[in-house]
Amino acid sequence: MRFHQYDVVVVGAGGAGLMAALYASKTATTAVISKLYPTRSHTGTAQGGVGAALGNLEEDHPEWHTFDTVKGSDYLGDQDAIEFMCTEAVRAVYELEHMGLPFSRTPDGRIAQRPFGGHTNNITGKPVRRSCYAADRTGHMILQTLYQQCLKNNVTFYDEFQVLDLIMVNGVAQGVVAIELATSEIHVFHANAVVIATGGHGRIWKITSNAYALTGDGIAIALRRGIPAEDMEFFQFHPTGIYKLGILITEGVRGEGGVLINGKGERFMEHYAPRVKDLASRDVVSRAMYLEMREGRGIDGKDYLYLDVRPETVNKFAALDGRTRPDGSPYRVTAEELLSKLPDIIDFCRTYLGIDPIQQPMPVQPTAHYAMGGIPTNRFGEVVIDEKNKVLPGLYAAGETACVSVHGANRLGTNSLLDLLVFGKHAGLRAAEYACQSQFQTLPKDVADFALEQLDSLRRCKGEGERVSTIAEEMKEVMMEHVGVFRTAEGMQQALTKLRELKERFRNLKLDDCGKVFNTELLNAWEIGNLLDLALVTTASALARKESRGAHAREDYPKRDDKNWLKHTLAWLKEDGEVKLRYKPVVITRYPPKERTY
Amino acid sequence: MEVKVKILRFNPETDKRPHYQTFRVEAEPTDRVLDLLEKIKGYQDGSLAFRRSCAHGICGSDAMRINGVNRLACKTLVKDVGKGTITVEPLLGLPLIKDLIVDMEPFFEHYESVMPYLINDEPPPLKERLQSPEERERFDDTTKCILCAACTTSCPSFWANGAYIGPAAIVNAHRFIFDSRDRGAAERLAVLNARSGVWRCRTIFNCVEACPRGIDVTRAIAEVKRALLFSSL
Repeated sequence: MRFHQYDVVVVGAGGAGLMAALYASKTATTAVISKLYPTRSHTGTAQGGVGAALGNLEEDHPEWHTFDTVKGSDYLGDQDAIEFMCTEAVRAVYELEHMGLPFSRTPDGRIAQRPFGGHTNNITGKPVRRSCYAADRTGHMILQTLYQQCLKNNVTFYDEFQVLDLIMVNGVAQGVVAIELATSEIHVFHANAVVIATGGHGRIWKITSNAYALTGDGIAIALRRGIPAEDMEFFQFHPTGIYKLGILITEGVRGEGGVLINGKGERFMEHYAPRVKDLASRDVVSRAMYLEMREGRGIDGKDYLYLDVRPETVNKFAALDGRTRPDGSPYRVTAEELLSKLPDIIDFCRTYLGIDPIQQPMPVQPTAHYAMGGIPTNRFGEVVIDEKNKVLPGLYAAGETACVSVHGANRLGTNSLLDLLVFGKHAGLRAAEYACQSQFQTLPKDVADFALEQLDSLRRCKGEGERVSTIAEEMKEVMMEHVGVFRTAEGMQQALTKLRELKERFRNLKLDDCGKVFNTELLNAWEIGNLLDLALVTTASALARKESRGAHAREDYPKRDDKNWLKHTLAWLKEDGEVKLRYKPVVITRYPPKERTY
Repeated sequence: MEVKVKILRFNPETDKRPHYQTFRVEAEPTDRVLDLLEKIKGYQDGSLAFRRSCAHGICGSDAMRINGVNRLACKTLVKDVGKGTITVEPLLGLPLIKDLIVDMEPFFEHYESVMPYLINDEPPPLKERLQSPEERERFDDTTKCILCAACTTSCPSFWANGAYIGPAAIVNAHRFIFDSRDRGAAERLAVLNARSGVWRCRTIFNCVEACPRGIDVTRAIAEVKRALLFSSL
């Protein structure tokens, strides 16, 4: 066992973790611990852009961005935090540009912007160009740029270290316990501040855009230390995943004029969102797609639809909509323009589908994409652990792992990159400030025991037992079937029963690998354990919420119910697997809830 | 259909030297090679070790040799390599750790040696620095690099001498040297002009073949060479 001491440790090296590290390391000794090499993080797969009201192409204001985000959240987002994020957005994007991020450019050399779902001109209600982008590789550029800046600033990295446990001493966070993948050696990182930035957990579902690595480790570790998870029932299904594979096709395709088409060849979104049509927010579009498919209007009656971005289709509907360019001329696209704005999407389609989107429509279905819920924090990234927002000293969280909450019941596209920039930065600054004025507590002798017990319980290579893959597969099936886009009490009850059975079976695994060098089987098993816990908390939270709001759509309670449910869920996972639920109020400042239409 | 997957295995805790093991897997022609590895690990031999994450060609974790060619396992479909046996081996030129996992540290050290970050100490404007679409286009190709190491580990010059910084590091130097906002070209070119720098490239073009992002690596290297010749005039 090896010991290290830093003022701040950051867990996770995606956008949020790197932002936190970059800012914390300006004043405090900082280490980043990540199970992947930082550039492998899932931030790198974000495509369409980061939202900020720069107004480079047309009139826009942070206040409009704030309102759109509040409305997109179906009024469950905390309005003070949303206003803070949307106001900080402009500075955050300029800051990235100053760090060297290669944004696409307007003809006069400024940062290019494109329309995205749910982002509107608040006067006309029409889509506004707010998403700042670098082709369809914005996340890749952000991840690379932040990693580069961390190297420039000599941030210390522990790459391919899996964090297993959070160290708590006298009610304050004091570091983490991690295992080095290459050797299985246990490392204790003693720190006055811990920033959790481990990303999402879309691997709970069968069809997902999420990387293998997105197993909700940070939330699971926190739950095991008695910290609640907030709003876990709200998980976003992105409308356009590649059929069967779930790989994301950016909303930017629709921003550039692409439309969704059903089996009868109709553009159906105009029936569901007459004003913004295909650029309605994601929950609205995903539900519309499910309804179309359920009515037998999938392609050939199957469970997929077409996303059509062929120039002739784009131009036909742009003419019908009267869409114009910033200079007032009619909006028309060419194949070359689409190729330059969506190169990776076109490459994905050629590789995985063998089709060219310039000539053929893409088969798509909704794909599990983003956790609106997570570890509860305030807008400074401090973790808060009860209905009164009591701060847990020394613990911070940012990015998809955290729930500030700026996304409420449904996140707008481009706001995840914005979230990780703004709250990653502020979590890092706060963590450093707090750590530098705090005293290290003495660590108990058994500091690593809880982590070791967890691994020991899984490390069984002899006797009878089950493969963890079987359990993971059954979890993904049941979650997709019953805790997906549409939900009912009956289905979720079935899911709960199944998850409890799987948790029981999980105690009796058998591994092939009991070695020490890169024992990825053991660590995968531990990750599946995390997913099972999060699936349980998600389902219990969803079953309790008897209304439909944002991404949580219940067939048995189809209406939003502000009287009883305008509140955040807090869920604690007890040792016996029971989920305890309590609720906290939503912060409403300027925008009283009203009906949400697009 | 049934596919045979022949994998070069090595467990440093039990094996003296690497050996091949063949698995039979049920597969669709449109399955990724990564899907086959996952099926083997999940249901036949959990000890098989490889890196993977995003599974669609962006994170750069799963570069390996597939039928003798460096590729990403998640971007290679069975129908494109599958007639007969699919042979899967670890990348060459980096120390082997276990099965398909090699030591990436030497690769990242070379990457860091070219100062892969924007160097510009001028105070930034209140808004963005301006850059024309043409200036932006100048280095677009090399911004695509995902640091998967497929290029560097396909390079005979790198196999012959691991001190050579390799194509990936040069690509990342190019990304900044040709960025109109950067002021660090001279420092980077000095690194690239050293014994282990750009002159070890023998324009063999393996890197271009290997790059899963379609970067014209040899062209980027040639542009760096030309910048060196020009600046030394």
